Amino acid sequence: MEHAIKINNLHKKFGNIKAVNGINFTVQKGEIFGFLGPNGAGKTTTARMITGVLKPDLGEIDLAGYNLQENFVEARLEIGVVPEAANAYQELTALENIKFMAKMYGLSGENINEKAKELLKRLGLEKRIKDKVKEYSKGMTQRVILGMALINDPEILFLDEPTRGLDVQSTRIMHEIIQDLNDKDSTIFLTTHNIQEANQLCHRIAIINKGRIAAIDTPENLKDTFKELQTVELCLEDGDYPLPEEFKYISQAARAGNKMRYYTGNPDRAVKELINKIENRKIVGLNILEPNLEDVFVELTGGKLKNEN
Amino acid sequence: MKISKINLFVQQLTAVSWKNIKIYYSESPVLIFGVLFPFCLFFAFALGRDLSYLELLPGLLGITFFFAGSAVGPFITPWETRTGTLERLLALPMPRWIMVIGDILAGFFFSLFLAVIIILFAYIFLGVKVISIALLVLTSLIASLLFAGLGSAFAALPTDKPSNVMMLANSIRLPVIFISGIFVPLAELPFWGRILSYISPVTYAVEMLRAAYAGNNYLSPLAAGAILTGFMILVVGGAILFHRRTLTRRI
Repeated sequence: MEHAIKINNLHKKFGNIKAVNGINFTVQKGEIFGFLGPNGAGKTTTARMITGVLKPDLGEIDLAGYNLQENFVEARLEIGVVPEAANAYQELTALENIKFMAKMYGLSGENINEKAKELLKRLGLEKRIKDKVKEYSKGMTQRVILGMALINDPEILFLDEPTRGLDVQSTRIMHEIIQDLNDKDSTIFLTTHNIQEANQLCHRIAIINKGRIAAIDTPENLKDTFKELQTVELCLEDGDYPLPEEFKYISQAARAGNKMRYYTGNPDRAVKELINKIENRKIVGLNILEPNLEDVFVELTGGKLKNEN
Repeated sequence: MKISKINLFVQQLTAVSWKNIKIYYSESPVLIFGVLFPFCLFFAFALGRDLSYLELLPGLLGITFFFAGSAVGPFITPWETRTGTLERLLALPMPRWIMVIGDILAGFFFSLFLAVIIILFAYIFLGVKVISIALLVLTSLIASLLFAGLGSAFAALPTDKPSNVMMLANSIRLPVIFISGIFVPLAELPFWGRILSYISPVTYAVEMLRAAYAGNNYLSPLAAGAILTGFMILVVGGAILFHRRTLTRRI
C-alpha cells in the first residue's frame, strides 16, 4: 500500500524541553489517521512540523511523495491544513476567504469562483456566501475554515482539533464532512484529544505521550491489546463496595457515579469473586464491559484525559 | 506542478496584499496613525507660519509617506497572531518572505494613495506645480516602500497585541520627525542639527521632494536618492530577516 505521510526520527526541542523525541510512523493513502495525546504530549508540535509550520531539529518528513525539507512548496501544494485554533478572516465573506486560499494554492482563472461556490454549497453555506464571516455562528465559521483547507483538493488533509468548542450538531456535521472526504479517497490526519471522535472516525490511531509514540494500531487492536482493562461494573443498593485488594482477579477499581468499576483480565472469575463477597446484599446492576479507547489511553499515558471540548 | 513557482509566488503576493488592503485599511489604528496623526502634526507646526505652499508641500508629503507607510504594517502580524489566521498562512505553500513583502505592499499602496490625493489636491486647488515629475514619482515609490518596510519591521516584535507594536513604532517615529528637517530646511539648521538630521531617512525623502517641487534642496537629489534607496534595502531586508526569526515564536 502506498503511503501518504512518512515520518522518520522526528525531533524538536524548545529550550531544554524535548517536545518531540524521535517519532516514526507512516500514514497510508486513504486512511483517517488519529493522533491522540494528552495536553503537552507533543501532538500539535508534531502536526506543525509535518505541515511545515515548524522546522524539526532532526528527522525526515515525506508528504505525498515529496520530501518536505527539499520540496517545500511542492509538498505543501498537496496538503490542506486546519491548524489548532485556526480562524477565517472575519472581515471577509466566506466566498472571499475561500477565493483567497485558492489563489494562495496557485489556482487561477474564472473557475475559482465556481469552485469556491461549489465547495461552500457542499459545506451547506451556499445561502450566506456573501455574508462576512464575523456574522457566522462558530459552527458555520468552522465549516468555512475547513473549506479554506479543501479548495486545492488536497491529497492529505490535516485537522487539528477540528471540533473543539463546537456544539453537538455542528460536530456531527463536521464528522459527516470528514467521513465524506475520506470516502472520496482523501487521507486525513486528525489531531485530537477527543477519544470518542478518534474511535468513531479513525482507521488507525497513534497515541503520543511525552514526545514519543506510545502505540499505533487500529482502535480495535488497541483495545484487544489491553484485555486486562475489561471491566465489571457493579451497582449495589447500599453503595458499600468491597476494595480491589480483597480479590484475586481484580487489579483495580474506580468509582463511576453510584457504581463501582472493577478492572480485570478475567471477567468471569471476577464476577464469581464479587458475587461470593457481597453475598445477600441487593445488586441493582452488574455488567461486563469491554475495554474502551479511553481506558487504553489512560493506561498508555498514565493520566486521565482532560476533555477540553 | 500546475503552475510555475514564479507565477505562484506572484499570485500569492498579490493575494496577500489584496487581503491586507481589504481588511486593514479601515482599521481605526491605521486611520488614526496613518491619516489623522500626520495631518494634525503637520498643521500644528505649519499653521501661522509665513510659508508658501511650495515650501510646505514637501514637508506634508514627507510626513505622509512616513506615517501612512508605516501605519499598516504594525497592525497586521500581531492581529493575525491574535485572531488565529497566522498559523494557517505559515502552513501554506509560500515562502515567508512573500508574507512579509505582501504586508509591506499594503503599507506601500496606502502611503502612495494618500500622497496622490495630496499631490492632486495641491495641483488642482492650490496651483502647486511640480518641476520634476520623474523625481516626484521616484521619491514617492522609494519612500513609500521604505516606510512600509519600517512599519513591517516594527511588527516583527513577537506579540499578539497591536498596541504594543504601535507604542514601539511611535516611540521611534515621533523623535525621527523632529530631527528630519521637515519644518526647518536643512540649510537653516545649525551644524549639529544637520548632523542629527542625516540619521533620519525622512530627511532624504523631504530633500528629494524639495528638489522635485521648488528646487530649494540642500542635498543633491542623486545623493539623497542613493541614501534613501540604501535605507530602503536595509529596512525591507531587515523586516524580512526579523520576521523570519520571530514568526514561528508567535504560534
